Amino acid sequence: MTYRVIGVIAYLLLAPLLGGLLNGLDRKISARMQGRIGPSILQPFYDVRKLFSKQFIIVNPAQTFLILSYVLTLVFTGCMFFAGSDLLLCFFVLSTGATFLMFAACVTNSPYSNLGASRELVQIMSYEPAVLLTCVGFYLATGSFNVSDIIQSKMSAIFMTPGFFAAFVFILTIKMRKSPFDLSTSHHPHQEMVKGVTTEMGADNLALFQLSEWYETVFLMGVVGLFFINENPWSYLVAILAILAVYFLEILIDNTSARVKWDTMLKLAWGVTLFAAGTNLIILMIAR
Amino acid sequence: MGNVKRSPWLLHYDGSSCNGCDIEVLACLTPVYDVERFGVINTGDPMQADIFLITGGINTQNQAVVKQLYDQMPKPKVVVAVGVCACTGGVFKDCYNILGGVDTTIPVDIYVPGCAARPQAIIDGVVKAVELFQKRSDEMEQKKKESRKEQK
Ligand code: SF4
Repeated sequence: MTYRVIGVIAYLLLAPLLGGLLNGLDRKISARMQGRIGPSILQPFYDVRKLFSKQFIIVNPAQTFLILSYVLTLVFTGCMFFAGSDLLLCFFVLSTGATFLMFAACVTNSPYSNLGASRELVQIMSYEPAVLLTCVGFYLATGSFNVSDIIQSKMSAIFMTPGFFAAFVFILTIKMRKSPFDLSTSHHPHQEMVKGVTTEMGADNLALFQLSEWYETVFLMGVVGLFFINENPWSYLVAILAILAVYFLEILIDNTSARVKWDTMLKLAWGVTLFAAGTNLIILMIAR
Repeated sequence: MGNVKRSPWLLHYDGSSCNGCDIEVLACLTPVYDVERFGVINTGDPMQADIFLITGGINTQNQAVVKQLYDQMPKPKVVVAVGVCACTGGVFKDCYNILGGVDTTIPVDIYVPGCAARPQAIIDGVVKAVELFQKRSDEMEQKKKESRKEQK
C-alpha cells in the first residue's frame, strides 16, 4: 500500500519536471541535428511560466472546463499506472481524456481547430488497436493486467512480446505528436492549419495543455519501461536506458521524416500493428 | 516579477512586402542565425504570440487583417516593423493603394530599417522588443497586484 502512495505522489510531483526536461532535451537535440545551437534545456519551463502571465482571452468559457477535464483524466491515468493498478483501465481512461481534448477544440468554432479535432479522431483510430493489443501482450506474457504484478514477474515481458513492443513504439510517434504523424497539432515550422487543436488556446489554457503533454509523456515512457522491468532491481536500470533509447529514436524519426496524409498514417499504423503485434500474438497463442 | 523574456513567440505577417524582408526574417531561423537559442518560436497563431513582426506596408486590403491580428494577441504585446516598407511605406509609398507604414494602423514599438533589413538588424530589433515585452509584463503584474490590494 505504501508503495502505491509513494508512486502516486512521486508521479504527481516529478512528472511535470521530468516531462519538461525531456521536452527541453528534445528541442535541444533536434536543434543540434539541424546544425543549430538550440534553446536551453529549461526552455519549456520558461514557456509555461510566460504563458501563465499572459492576458487570458476567453473564446468560450466551456473550453477551460474541457481542458481541465483533459488534464485531470491524464493525471488520473498516470496515477493509476504508477500506483500499480490495471493497465487496461489506464488506457481506457486515457482514451476518455482524448475526447475531452477534441471537444475543447470543437467548442471554439474555429475551422482550424475543428479540422485539428477531426484529425485527432483519426489519430486515435490509428493508435488504439496497438494500445489495446499491448495490454493483451502483457497479459499473455505475465498472466496479469495489473502493473504491480507485471513488475514482479520472473522474466521481462519484452522477451515474449517484441512484436507488441515494436507496434507500441511505432504508435508512440502518433501519441507524442511527432512528424511524420503530427497531423492534429501541426508543429511550429508547419503551419498549414495554424496550430490544429490548440489554435484557439492561449495563455493559461495552452499552459495547461503543455503540462498535460508532460504528464502524458512520462506515463507513456513508463509503459515503455514496463516492458523491461522484472523482479530483479537491476532491470529498472535497463528500463531507463530503454526509455532514453526510445525517446532518442522518436526525435530521430521526427527530424528525418516529412508529414504524411491521414490515410497513409492509418494504413501504416494498422499495418504495423497487425503485422508485428498480430504475428507475436499468434506465436504466443500457439506456444501456450 | 516573472521572467518572461526568455520565451518570446513571434507572429510573422507579410503585409505588402516584396518578399525580400520575409526571406531575411526566415533566414533568422536558419542554422546561421538561429534565433531559437533566445527561445524565439515562429508561431502562426496570434492567440499564442507575444511579438508581432510585420514586413511590408499597409494597403487598403490588409488594413483590417492587421488590425484583427493585433487585437487577437493577448497582452502584453510588442509590434516590430521590419524593413523600410513597414516603417514608412518605402518604395511603394506613392502607390495608389498604399496607406503607408504599419503605424498608420496599429501602434509600432520598434522600427527596423533596411531594404531588405539584414538578419543582424532583425535580431537586434527582436532583442529590443523582448526587453520591452518584459517591461510591459512587469507593469501588467504590478497592476494586477494593485487591483487585488484595492479589492481587499
Ligand atoms: S523594405 Fe525593401 S526588401 Fe523589404 S519589403 Fe520593402 S522593398 Fe522589399
